[in-house]
Amino acid sequence: MNPMTPTAPSAQGAHPGGNGAPLLSAAGLHKTYGATPALAGADFEIRGGEIVAVMGPSGSGKSTLLHCLAGIVSPDAGTVHYQGLELSALSDARRSALRRSDFGFVFQFGQLVPELTCLENVALPLRLAGTRRKDAEARAAEWLERLEVADIATKRPGEVSGGQGQRAAIARALAPRPRVVFADEPTGALDSLNGERAMQLLTAAARDTGAAVVLVTHEVRVAAYSDREVVVRDGRATTPAAAL
Amino acid sequence: MTIGHTLLGLLESGPRHGYDLKRAFDERFGHDRPLHYGQVYATMARLLKNGMVEVEGIEAGEGPDRKRYAITDAGITDVEQWLAQPEKPEPYLQSALYTKVVVALLTGRSAQHILDTQRSEHLRLMRELTRRKAGGDLSDQLICDHALFHLEADMRWLELTAARIDQLAEELTR
Ligand SMILES: Nc1ncnc2c1ncn2[C@@H]1O[C@H](COP(=O)(O)OP(=O)(O)OP(=O)(O)O)[C@@H](O)[C@H]1O
Ligand SMILES: [Mg+2]
Repeated sequence: MNPMTPTAPSAQGAHPGGNGAPLLSAAGLHKTYGATPALAGADFEIRGGEIVAVMGPSGSGKSTLLHCLAGIVSPDAGTVHYQGLELSALSDARRSALRRSDFGFVFQFGQLVPELTCLENVALPLRLAGTRRKDAEARAAEWLERLEVADIATKRPGEVSGGQGQRAAIARALAPRPRVVFADEPTGALDSLNGERAMQLLTAAARDTGAAVVLVTHEVRVAAYSDREVVVRDGRATTPAAAL
Repeated sequence: MTIGHTLLGLLESGPRHGYDLKRAFDERFGHDRPLHYGQVYATMARLLKNGMVEVEGIEAGEGPDRKRYAITDAGITDVEQWLAQPEKPEPYLQSALYTKVVVALLTGRSAQHILDTQRSEHLRLMRELTRRKAGGDLSDQLICDHALFHLEADMRWLELTAARIDQLAEELTR
């Protein structure tokens, strides 16, 4: 390992000589918004069932990396492979279908549909995947129960607390049993006790269902729920900082 | 002295034998470091000498464990004063780490590398504590949380220092 600081947003894809191919990987990602380079050669990999924290200062490109990995944003250069498929080679329709079937998302806020009840929100991805209403809602109810918020089933997102809403969002992300959960600052809007509990429930559910988790966070206590961390630093710098 | 006060506090609920005291202490506070019998008896001897406890009864048989200790009024007052006294806030300057960073900068080595290594070492311990917390009862959780919040504070320092390392290098070589 190079003793000098790697400053490019290279996510050290650990597991040297690991067992088999990663579930999801990225190589040499570049993304520029106008004149702002958000990613400048980012690498990343995650294995099935692994929980990886993506850390780094604000503006370093963490969310952009997550969006590229999830196929929400197309990188200007570089590749993302999911189970051997190159995401950019897929049609938009196939990419969306893949996102729905294999990926789950938890964001900081604003992800629940305000017009639907919490139960309907959790059932929504299942419904979109073709599950019948009754079955979808039964499974949604189980997930709300598991996230310790069975009592908010009939409430709308505007009528529940931030912590309760976030648990509904976690239930919604995990109910379809995704292979990868993308969580971007999932506890950002919660106090420490609620954040801790949300992380415990999220990681326990991911472990039980075998889902991998890409966990973007700048909170170290949240990152401590991961198996390993990757640091995105100075995502806009294309040249490494001068070696000291 | 914390062990003495803690043992005194445990005696407030009623007289106990030395062995009993050790067990009660280990159960609640001795997760990492159970007390030695020697420590218990030495502490009790001191408390006895200072009038904080008295021997309430000695059972027939061998060994120092036969003594049953009871707290005295002076002992109760002592516990009260101990509880009322705030702990000294330890600023815990990162002196070793700070020194390493400065020496690295002065000798043309990578200070970032030192900070990075320390960060992942901190995070490794934080993971361990987080796992331990998940498997533990409330008292385990509270003890682990205390350690976690302290480590988190160190991490903030590491982060800030990493962000200002160039500035520090400049000041050192001015
Ligand atoms: N949609 C966008 N349009 C324009 N610029 C963007 C867009 N998304 C990100 N950027 C820019 O790209 C850079 C990286 O942003 P990104 O959101 O990935 O950072 P981040 O590490 O997630 O930061 P934070 O911790 O604050 O969420 C920033 O300079 C940001 O301003
Ligand atoms: Mg972000």
